[in-house]
Amino acid sequence: MSALLEITNVTKTFPGVVANENISISVSAGEIVALLGENGAGKSTLVKSVFGMVRPDSGEIRIKGELISPGDTSGAIARGVGMVHQHFQLVPVMTVTENIILGDEPKRGIFLNMKAARAEVLALSEKYGLEVDPDAFVEDLAVGTQQRIEILKALRKDVDLLILDEPTAVLTPQETDELLQVMRNLAASGVGVLFITHKLREVMAVADRVVVLRNGRVAGSTSPKETDEEGLAQLMVGRNVVLQVEKGDAKPEAATLVIRELHVNDDRKHLAVSGLNLEVRAGEIVGVAGVEGNGQRELVEAICGMRPRISGEVLVSGEATPDMHPHKVHSMGVSHIPEDREKHGLVSSYSIEDNLVLNQFDREPFAKSWIRNIGALEDNATRLVEEFDIRTPSIKTTASALSGGNKQKVVVARELSQDTRVVVAAQPTRGVDVGSIEFIHNQLIAARDAGAAVLLVSAELDEILSLADRVAVMFGGKIVAILDAKEAERGLVGRLMAGLSA
Amino acid sequence: MKRFLTFKWILTLILIAITGYLYSRDGVITTSVVATALIFGLPLALAAMVGIMCERTGIVNIGIEGTLLFSSFIGFFVASTTNNGVFGIFSAILAGVVTGLFLAFMSISWKMDQIIAGTIINILATGLTSFLYKQGHTAPTTSPIDIPFFSNIPFFGQVLFMNGPLVYFGLVVIFALYVALYHTSWGLRSRAVGEHPGSADTAGVSVFRLRYLNVALAGAVGGLAGAYLSLELVGSWDRGFTAGKGFTALALMIFGRWNPMGALAAAMFFGLAQAITNQLMFADVAHIPEQFVNMLPYVLTIVVLAISAGKVRPPAAEGQQYEKEQA
Amino acid sequence: MLLQGAHPMDAYGSLFSHGFGSWAGFAKTLGKATPLMLSGLAVTIGLRSGLFNIGVQGQLVSGALAAGWAGYAIHGLPIYIHLPIALLFGIAFGALVGWIAGALKAYRGIHEVITTIMINSIVLALVDYLAGHNFQEPGQTLARTSAVLPSATIPKIFGLPSGFFFAVLLSWGVWWIFQRTTSGFRLDTVGRNKNAAWYAGISVKRSVLIAMGVGGAIAGLGGAIETLGVIGRFEPTFNTGLGFDGITIALLGRANPLGVIPGAILIGGIRGASASMQFDAGVAPEIVDLILALILFCVTAPFLSKWLRSTEVGAKITSGWSN
Repeated sequence: MSALLEITNVTKTFPGVVANENISISVSAGEIVALLGENGAGKSTLVKSVFGMVRPDSGEIRIKGELISPGDTSGAIARGVGMVHQHFQLVPVMTVTENIILGDEPKRGIFLNMKAARAEVLALSEKYGLEVDPDAFVEDLAVGTQQRIEILKALRKDVDLLILDEPTAVLTPQETDELLQVMRNLAASGVGVLFITHKLREVMAVADRVVVLRNGRVAGSTSPKETDEEGLAQLMVGRNVVLQVEKGDAKPEAATLVIRELHVNDDRKHLAVSGLNLEVRAGEIVGVAGVEGNGQRELVEAICGMRPRISGEVLVSGEATPDMHPHKVHSMGVSHIPEDREKHGLVSSYSIEDNLVLNQFDREPFAKSWIRNIGALEDNATRLVEEFDIRTPSIKTTASALSGGNKQKVVVARELSQDTRVVVAAQPTRGVDVGSIEFIHNQLIAARDAGAAVLLVSAELDEILSLADRVAVMFGGKIVAILDAKEAERGLVGRLMAGLSA
Repeated sequence: MKRFLTFKWILTLILIAITGYLYSRDGVITTSVVATALIFGLPLALAAMVGIMCERTGIVNIGIEGTLLFSSFIGFFVASTTNNGVFGIFSAILAGVVTGLFLAFMSISWKMDQIIAGTIINILATGLTSFLYKQGHTAPTTSPIDIPFFSNIPFFGQVLFMNGPLVYFGLVVIFALYVALYHTSWGLRSRAVGEHPGSADTAGVSVFRLRYLNVALAGAVGGLAGAYLSLELVGSWDRGFTAGKGFTALALMIFGRWNPMGALAAAMFFGLAQAITNQLMFADVAHIPEQFVNMLPYVLTIVVLAISAGKVRPPAAEGQQYEKEQA
Repeated sequence: MLLQGAHPMDAYGSLFSHGFGSWAGFAKTLGKATPLMLSGLAVTIGLRSGLFNIGVQGQLVSGALAAGWAGYAIHGLPIYIHLPIALLFGIAFGALVGWIAGALKAYRGIHEVITTIMINSIVLALVDYLAGHNFQEPGQTLARTSAVLPSATIPKIFGLPSGFFFAVLLSWGVWWIFQRTTSGFRLDTVGRNKNAAWYAGISVKRSVLIAMGVGGAIAGLGGAIETLGVIGRFEPTFNTGLGFDGITIALLGRANPLGVIPGAILIGGIRGASASMQFDAGVAPEIVDLILALILFCVTAPFLSKWLRSTEVGAKITSGWSN
């Protein structure tokens, strides 16, 4: 039997990065292949090449034996490829129906036939057991529902090959289980499934075969029958995984960061944080674990004065922090490693030295009255580049020229080099290479040992479990449990994250 | 949304009531003012359509002024040289398409900042037309066509059915655009590209092609507006004669919430304001210096924007380059 | 030019010899370059702060009228008091007109491109009216004010207009402010990344007001210098296109305040020589508009200007209409 999808020797480079190097993979009909790898291993780039969203530099991609031309999305769709994207490709201001029919619309004459479209969406929803309201506007729907729309959109045209790019990142464990069941059903009906993830549990549960990518290359190919999670993790990272970070015991003191009855809305004006209470003591790391979308982002932004609080207060060493004044909060000793470093953390066209003083450019010694002290800027930059191991040709290099890991180190260096009482780190290692991850982890521990109260928010449970002294589990906008690191066992935390009682 | 709808209807009813009252007081003047409002408002409405077509697919077009200037000039120039008005109209539309393609080329293919690209069109159009312009030429202009039967209806006959051919054509274009935007797959795809290009791209719609197409089509509509200005409304051409209409159109587009009907209504309101001022001056009711009359549309534009800005939501992908490949 | 039957080399030769060939021609070029430099500088300040100030025209003209009025209407002061007062009038009114557009952006969220163009038209109509009515020279039928008094006239240095040197000094000053001061850093940061600026405690609204106000002040000064030093009275028609040339100059100078100096001299030369070109080579003076439009196109076109895109113009100008 010839393979449904055959990728042969595909190579793709982006400026400065080799995303894929000589990758060959095949998927047969009725088979679930998991594509496993760390962030930045090149998984997304590879499947985007299959779907025509990226043009590979070399290599061939064949579907049902037919060579597809690079960059031809509609060609891929016509050959029966459907894709569920990691970042939802939905128009927020349009209805579910409009989103699903986009690209191949039912027509009556030259006009859209919305009645037929609506009926089609309902039928589709019934067929796959994925419930959606065809008339709802996408922007009003929860992420889990949006995911269902994405899947329906991909399944609409009888697909032979379904690609799912990290579909479970925003799902609760139950929703994840449902999705895995959908994948099994599809495979049973003869569809080939190529499924990207970095979660080992899912791979073990659903995959027939596993292909592991590391640094843009195939690091190994195996099946859940032949290996276990430990073995997969080793393949992913390429060495014995030391998920346990070296750190001494915490010596916590008085509570520095106190959050009382905090209520915060999300962008759609729905309550995202509802009556949250949390204390972080000086000299400890509190990790916030939770499925993404349970209010973590809103919590961090409200603490740092970037999102209006509806009610409740945030105290730093007993002093109330102001609402919607990130800079004032910062000057009270709250360092913040923001989730979106390109948007808030850096000015990418500024040099490293300017970025390193971005929120203190007008303070001594970097400025006297209104004159900037260029010498002090340069000394500061030279020192921090050395201390935080920022790999850059020069301190005058613009931030945009750095790799993701080094950009993040610039932010970390700026935030942790200041006199800080509280550190709020949101997804501090997202999109960062392994070496930098280790370094950033050590810096967070160093900040703790220097007496800062560290609040770590991360979607990576492993990161929380290895760094945190206490684990706060967040669900539905509240902290549902606070566990000591010793009692925070994976299964327990997982159940709590799903909103189940321990 | 509901509140806005009722507001719209109440306003419409008030306007109809006022017009009805004025018509009962002086039918001739009221009819002529409303008829003038239409012919003054139409070029603004058409120019606003240019903006809507571009921005709905995510391209900011501040070169509308240049499109109007260039196409009205070319239309007049060709009509005058060939002594054929129809040639003139087609050349104007073609000239509009050329400016549209030029904008598309700069902002889509070259990924230039769209506002700078639009400014270049404006400056080039000003330079080119004033360089090529020679005084003292005349061109054949269109003449009004009375639509049988309908033109005999009191009031509506004179307002709607005794106009030049380009008025009819322009109105048809605006209504067709409205229907197409909300009820055809072209419209659905265009709106998707303007809000979230990735969603269209992953559904197999070429963002690049659709943006090119729409900006070029928008240029054609701009060319029609230009032809209307020089060959039907004014009947001549002079340097800088579009007088900021292309910019006012952007304000109307925003005020009309990127909806063709909204922009048409806003343009008619502007046309009415001008028609009333003209009538007052003509009747010598008020002594308004010419400069202040000329200022009116600009002041209105700022007022309109001050009312509507901040409350409206522009197409989300407006002004952004779409990069297909991201690491 | 070939279309017009003139020999291009005649035209270019004429352009060069008149613009740069003689002391008098050179002085004329520098005189023309002065308001151009200042309007280019005003646009530059906007670009660096993330704003596209197309309103330089209106700011400049209102400054010119204000300075012209102060120049003839205030009597009995010595030059060292009268001249600065007249200049300050120009600066203040230019700043006011710029500030209005800034305020509409900061408080109502209206894009500056539309407001500045509308304000341009309003200001032009308004000054035309004022110069033809309230401020009209007695007994005059043209729209123009009385001549500026000697006590408010800018003296020349060696036959060269002294405003020019002042404009150069000012360009350097603005460059220094962006390079070395916290105020400049604030504007620059807002221009490059508004979110990061807000996050770092920089008020975006205040920056918009400052950039538009200071830009307007500099443009107003340009109008004042032109009125008090070159023309000697206010005439509404004196400067069509100065503001748009300012855009070309600012982009030509890559949004660097020092870059406007050579750009303004080049374009001042072309503008100054255009009348002579018509005389010598029989080319319509409007060709200059076309040349300048092509220059603008070339400096922004990617095939000629990789250097433009990769430089200080970190600011992204195009954004939604209401933000």
